[in-house]
Amino acid sequence: MKIIKYELRNAKYKSVIICLFLLIPFNAFLIMSAASAAKWGGVDESVVEKYATEHGRKARNPLINTDQGDLLLFLFLLAGTAGGFVAGYYWRQLTEKKKATKVVQDSSK
Amino acid sequence: MKLQITNYKLQHFKFKIQNSEFKFKNCRVFALLLTAYGLLLTPGEAHAMHISEGILPVNWAALWFAVSIFFVAYGLRRLKILSRTDLSVKPLVGLLAAIVFVISCMPIPVPTAGTCSHPGGTAIPAILVGPSISVLVAAVALLIQALFLAHGGLSTLGADIASMGVMGAFTGFAVFKLLRRFHVNLSISAFFAGMLSDWAIYLTTSVELAAAIRGDAAFMPLFTKIVIAFVPTQLPLGILEGVMTAGMVSLLARRRVDLLVKLGVIEPEHAGETA
Repeated sequence: MKIIKYELRNAKYKSVIICLFLLIPFNAFLIMSAASAAKWGGVDESVVEKYATEHGRKARNPLINTDQGDLLLFLFLLAGTAGGFVAGYYWRQLTEKKKATKVVQDSSK
Repeated sequence: MKLQITNYKLQHFKFKIQNSEFKFKNCRVFALLLTAYGLLLTPGEAHAMHISEGILPVNWAALWFAVSIFFVAYGLRRLKILSRTDLSVKPLVGLLAAIVFVISCMPIPVPTAGTCSHPGGTAIPAILVGPSISVLVAAVALLIQALFLAHGGLSTLGADIASMGVMGAFTGFAVFKLLRRFHVNLSISAFFAGMLSDWAIYLTTSVELAAAIRGDAAFMPLFTKIVIAFVPTQLPLGILEGVMTAGMVSLLARRRVDLLVKLGVIEPEHAGETA
């Protein structure tokens, strides 16, 4: 029993060490790639706007310019929350309906 | 002595099972840790891929509007017909609209490129309710993003609908139908539909951009340059979109297979096949 306990503890340590060794290169890879591409910019900036500017077409400000300070962050959060609630609401409607019909079928039996 | 050996073997077997369970739990913890790392290293400011306001000249913007408006109108007509004949489609379209909206404004960091981009998400509604309704859903999502999220632009809305809506939806739909015709598994068909749909979106964006901004320069070299610039970001993101599409379709097939049979996504004889 003691041997088993010892082996189990040993296995725990081994797994933790393997995880750490795998996380270090992953972390380094993320930092290196982030540094090389400057701040994780979107492909609209790094590709679309870059080539457009090279060919004399510059992006204009949008009609309603929400890209100011933390306003855009707030709007993205709001959009994600609203989208998530709508998706959840309809998902519930879709799956609850099935349960309801099942209950009706069961009661008719 | 024999009894002791058997007892030891039994304990050893128990230990092996415990150890495999422990390893499995550890894998999940490791996956969570990797995800958390990815998210923590993502700075707050992130943009995405739609063609921004003012980049396309007026004639090109008008051309893409003319192309996309036809598909949007057809999608509206299809939705009316479908919801008239089957009321259960309405919550499904609502769910898909929300999914496309959320997916298409969700910047995902791609470590292989060090950039951010987002999936289109239009393959999912294309498979489930048809490509024309998927175009309509994409148009609504893109309009809201262009108006309030500084994401794309109003003058480039037609081009964005043509790439994300029209090309994304029709490619996803065609790939899915083709693979299903060859009796490929539901999830695998959905995976390839999602992946190729994502790549088709960026190929179309490259065509739109190269054609509009090239001036007197040749089209092909500029188009190739733009496509190559998209590759490090979109290649892995396309695979992710494939996984998301397969996950969504197989989830719905497990929970509401009757609906998928009714919509013609699954043939009645394959209703038992859910993954």
